[in-house]
Amino acid sequence: MNWSWDWNYAWSVLPSLGEGLVVTIQATVFGSLLAYVLGLVFALLRRSRFWLVRTIVWLFIEFVRSTPLLVQLFFLFFVLPDIGIRLSPLLTGVIGLGLHYATYTAEVYRAGIEGVPKGQWEAARALSLPAGRTWTAVILPQAIPRVLPALGNYTISMFKETPLLLTISVLDIVGAAYEVGSSSFRFVEPLTMAGILFLLLSYPSSLFVRWLERRFGIAH
Amino acid sequence: MIRFSGVVKRFGDHVVLSELDFVVAPGEFVTLIGPSGSGKTTILRLLMTLEKVDGGTIEVDGEFLSHMDRGGSLVASDEKHQRRIRKRIGMVFQQFNLFPNMPVLRNITEAPVRALGLSKAEAERRALELLELVGLSDKVGAHPTQLSGGQQQRVAIARALAMRPKVLLLDEVTSALDPELVAGVLGVLKNIAKTTDITFLCVTHEMQFARDVSDRVLMFDNGQVIEEGVPEVLFTRPEHERTREFLHAVIDRAG
Repeated sequence: MNWSWDWNYAWSVLPSLGEGLVVTIQATVFGSLLAYVLGLVFALLRRSRFWLVRTIVWLFIEFVRSTPLLVQLFFLFFVLPDIGIRLSPLLTGVIGLGLHYATYTAEVYRAGIEGVPKGQWEAARALSLPAGRTWTAVILPQAIPRVLPALGNYTISMFKETPLLLTISVLDIVGAAYEVGSSSFRFVEPLTMAGILFLLLSYPSSLFVRWLERRFGIAH
Repeated sequence: MIRFSGVVKRFGDHVVLSELDFVVAPGEFVTLIGPSGSGKTTILRLLMTLEKVDGGTIEVDGEFLSHMDRGGSLVASDEKHQRRIRKRIGMVFQQFNLFPNMPVLRNITEAPVRALGLSKAEAERRALELLELVGLSDKVGAHPTQLSGGQQQRVAIARALAMRPKVLLLDEVTSALDPELVAGVLGVLKNIAKTTDITFLCVTHEMQFARDVSDRVLMFDNGQVIEEGVPEVLFTRPEHERTREFLHAVIDRAG
């Protein structure tokens, strides 16, 4: 076995990994924001009064959930340009991650909304609160705090899935590590350092989510 | 003020109300009594449009609630029509149903501002008056979770009154309260009933309260009014066998 560890080399790869880290964080932050917003939109559309809207959203969610994220990324990356939509690889990745995770956050929001007691709806109706106001002032302010931990967990899993964006030429932490390794033919240090970076970010994040769970009750 | 004509309500195969007729005059305080499951609460929920009628018509304040006129014929009312009539009706629930995400003051001002279009200042001025009326002036900034059940229910009463309803529905408003908190809530309601011209329709198991405030008491069984009268007569000399049994059961339980 030819195993060795070179500290000087390990430190020297950090600036490259840092660039990758910025990409990873961008993809996770914007992907999560998209998933949070779109998931809520899906959850609300699934309660639409119109049968057709409910069905289309349901079909879309089921379809996205039953296909691999990798395939969806390839689809966005190779098919969108064919129909004239040209996006940067990172933006394509953000949309791919956001859409994929929105189908999961939609379910989280649904559970959160259904967890609001029926009496709240009835009180709002008895007070003649307009429907929009019932949502924004009564239902969502009660539903959203209790889904925050679950949303946080999805952000952590999205963070750990960003290396998939490598396949559409987005260099995240792992992509950067791979590139450094390929040019010097030494992969141990860059990949290990990449792993440590993931650990350093996702462990505190999961502690934060656990704190959210304690703060807002229900675990998911 | 309220007129039920041949009202039918079913839940699946179970007929809750069968061809129910009754009238409540403006300013009258009417109490519905009767065994659990006899359909009393359903009557309030139909008036609040939390349930739909399966037959018959409901009128409130001289207009159809369950139906509306379209091209000369009566059709089931739509949401817009119901919304207009519903503004004249308020309801206080067994479980209070305050909005836990808002402080007390905003629980009371939210609907007047958003549904009646009152200015925030005007709604707050009214809310403070109402909080004084229910004896909770010191709880303006409190959150519902910091209040006892009795205090929450008094806020809920203030919240319903803030909409200036012509009709107030009371759905077993003291059933979820600890016994020592019941009197405070009933005292507030008694005071409001005596000092306003609001029409009350009340479902309760508090017979003493029913006796003190009601102009008329309706005894319900199996979705029908089987006996009605002024409280002094109905509570002391009930004619119907079911009424006698029910009053015995309730009074035995209480004693």
